Amino acid sequence: MGQTINGLLRRHGLLLAFLVFLGGVAVNADAFLTLGNILDVLRQVSITGMMALGVTFVVLTGRLDLSVGSMLTLLTVIVVDQHNVAGPFLAIVMTLLAGLALGAFNGLLVGFVGLNSLIVTLAMLSFLQGLVLFYSGGSNVNIANAQETWFKVFGRGDFLGLPVPVIVFLMGAVIAGFVLQFTTFGRRIYGVGGNETASIFSGIDARWTVFWAYVVSGLTTGVAAIIMGSRVMGAQNTIGQGYELTVLAGVILGGTSLLGGSGSIWRTVIGISMLGFIQNGLLLLGFAYYVQWLVTWAVIIIAVWIDLGAKRGRIFA
Amino acid sequence: MMDDVILKVEAITKTFPGVKALDDVSFDIRRGEVHALVGENGAGKSTLMKALAGLHKPDSGQIVYQGVPTEVAGPLDARQKGILLIHQELSLSPELSVAENIYLGAWPTNRFGVLKKRELRRNASAALEALGCGFGPDVRVGTLSVAMQQMVEIARAEAFSANVVIFDEPTASLTDTEKDQLFHTIRGLKARGVGIVYISHKMDEIFDITDRITVLRDGQVQGTVETGETDLNHVTRMMIGRTLDSFFVKAKPEFGAEVLRVDGLSKHGHFRNVSFSVREGEVLGLYGLVGAGRSEVVETIFGVRKADDGKLFWKGSEIDLPTPRQSIDMGMALVPESRKEQGLVLMMGGRENTSLPHLRLFSELSLMNRTKELATFEKYRSALSIKTTGPDQAVSQLSGGNQQKFVLAKWLCADPKLIILDEPTRGIDVGSKSAIHKLIAELAEQGLAVIVISSEMPEVLGVSHRVLAMSEGAVVAAFEEGNMSEENLIDAVSHHQGEAAAA
Ligand SMILES: Nc1ncnc2c1ncn2[C@@H]1O[C@H](COP(=O)(O)OP(=O)(O)OP(=O)(O)O)[C@@H](O)[C@H]1O
Ligand SMILES: [Mg+2]
Repeated sequence: MGQTINGLLRRHGLLLAFLVFLGGVAVNADAFLTLGNILDVLRQVSITGMMALGVTFVVLTGRLDLSVGSMLTLLTVIVVDQHNVAGPFLAIVMTLLAGLALGAFNGLLVGFVGLNSLIVTLAMLSFLQGLVLFYSGGSNVNIANAQETWFKVFGRGDFLGLPVPVIVFLMGAVIAGFVLQFTTFGRRIYGVGGNETASIFSGIDARWTVFWAYVVSGLTTGVAAIIMGSRVMGAQNTIGQGYELTVLAGVILGGTSLLGGSGSIWRTVIGISMLGFIQNGLLLLGFAYYVQWLVTWAVIIIAVWIDLGAKRGRIFA
Repeated sequence: MMDDVILKVEAITKTFPGVKALDDVSFDIRRGEVHALVGENGAGKSTLMKALAGLHKPDSGQIVYQGVPTEVAGPLDARQKGILLIHQELSLSPELSVAENIYLGAWPTNRFGVLKKRELRRNASAALEALGCGFGPDVRVGTLSVAMQQMVEIARAEAFSANVVIFDEPTASLTDTEKDQLFHTIRGLKARGVGIVYISHKMDEIFDITDRITVLRDGQVQGTVETGETDLNHVTRMMIGRTLDSFFVKAKPEFGAEVLRVDGLSKHGHFRNVSFSVREGEVLGLYGLVGAGRSEVVETIFGVRKADDGKLFWKGSEIDLPTPRQSIDMGMALVPESRKEQGLVLMMGGRENTSLPHLRLFSELSLMNRTKELATFEKYRSALSIKTTGPDQAVSQLSGGNQQKFVLAKWLCADPKLIILDEPTRGIDVGSKSAIHKLIAELAEQGLAVIVISSEMPEVLGVSHRVLAMSEGAVVAAFEEGNMSEENLIDAVSHHQGEAAAA
């Protein structure tokens, strides 16, 4: 019995610590465990979560995607702006295509040119931020007919009592999880991330695998941008700033390895949701919003540390 | 007699989830003896030695070192106590110098933590000289051959004045000359009173160099015998419960159409003008010393490397140099040289590793067919008697030999037309080894073309219908039924080397 508790602590220590935190917040902030607040958090999480689904593909191949923050900004600006110009349907199509194209561009540079993914996507992060200003001329855009457009359903709608963005996110998660677990593409992702050389010896084209992982990441960021645009009904030039780190944090917190080859979608869903509740809890406890950042990274370091410590049976190297 | 014992293992047990790797194991090592540890793949040899070197903590039992019950905290602690493990897979830092590697983790520093470079060099030099190494302390380890890297590890024995040195399959990637050198070194250590543990699947080596033999089987000690008072049959019976006929079975020489022909394949700096062909039902051996360029040649044919020049003919018609995907789809299979780097995705289980090169065969409309995967996994688990707890046990947790068997499985399962085996029995136990030799013969008799690369002469002669000798990137001689012999092979390879040296 003692042993099982010990084992449980070691394996799920992080989850337990999280539950303790939830309990602590719930006692101190009455609003925390209300249905309204929980749905709010989930609504929030649906945007970062959607992005994290695609980034999980990239991380599983052993690469990074830091460009998704600015990509979200650019795509949100595009969807909002085009909504006014071309109408909601075409705006959505264009946004998704733009997401695919940006992902493909990342994938080209990392997969085929063979450049370091950290450098490529960091450069893209700042390049796209510049492109946003170029595109918008520095002014914020808003959706003109915010009250009438059916476009609002993605960010603000409800279906069977659940927010539509949450439903979109969960459906995305189910599809992404299915692709990774049950398709040949998923297997190639895990193969390349686990051992690229052995995968090449097994006839897997690592370049294409990496390419498609980035394309998925661009696509999910496109979907996130649609939710974002619909929720805010407008787009500031900095709307996605910092999202790349939140997303990466969620993926890591879930336990997907940055070295590639190990991790999963359900881990990302858990990680990003935990992060959402932690940040919301801190706000409700009255901490300034920037405290989120301090705590987020402290949580991640501790999470990774606990995980490593449990694996090697020692706290220090 | 008792005080001769330098290290004693008392009733050690070690369990991993699903396996009892060591079950109440006791044995001892005397000063100045070479003690063999033998047993099938997965018998627990490496695990036992890792327990001595502080890499595994035993569940129960103790280690008595120099008469005192001792706890070994970790590899560095072991080294500083005088117990040195030389790994099955070498574990040096390729970017660091020889001297830095010898003292890895125990560099001499002054009060401020600054490395004392001169002292480090001086001590390392002394250790290297004592072993008679032909290289200095400043060389970057990544530039050394496998044998030289091993010498760097052995130099730690001098540097830390080791009392116990453990060799885990040290000759797996050594040439015969390098092996002789290693044995010379081992005898030197022995003469100085060092207790040595020697793990190997090569029985001739065991009978050559060791004084006593301890046999492990399924984690239990079957017994310890004096090498001089036993023989191969007896030891084999202790290991696997039966004796082995030491004959090689060669496939019946009935050849069909040509499957692959290589014409003038060249890659600057690696190999030049390599030409040969192989037919259905034929086993072609590629013999040569480690570094002769055999692996480069087959990796180029398979498409993992690019060639500068040369033609390839597949079933009679010329083809462009293929990509690995095209090679596999044509029916080519390559069991690569290095199982950990090239052969397996270590985090995956046997099931996923086996299907990895043939995802299309194991799927419909891109959906993986798990039932089919499991069936194939089970088929090869029993056909090759692979020891694993289940289809999804990460192969990183398997013993070296059992990993190698999964590399074979993943290439056999799609019924190739041509299978290229690069050192297929490296690290494989005697029982499974002869099973693999039989398998090669069977495959050829089923009409496959087979290319076998091996540095073991009896193996290459035993399984092949024809043998090509390679040296320094060129085919230097070809032998057929009539003139295939050890002498001729040695002659071809060494004669050519002499020539090259003179030129
Ligand atoms: N880290 C681990 N986790 C789980 N099981 C392990 C681990 N290390 C070893 N084992 C298991 O313990 C058993 C003994 O393995 P070990 O590596 O000691 O075999 P071995 O005798 O050295 O074999 P080989 O001759 O193939 O190298 C095997 O069944 C192996 O799968
Ligand atoms: Mg071993």
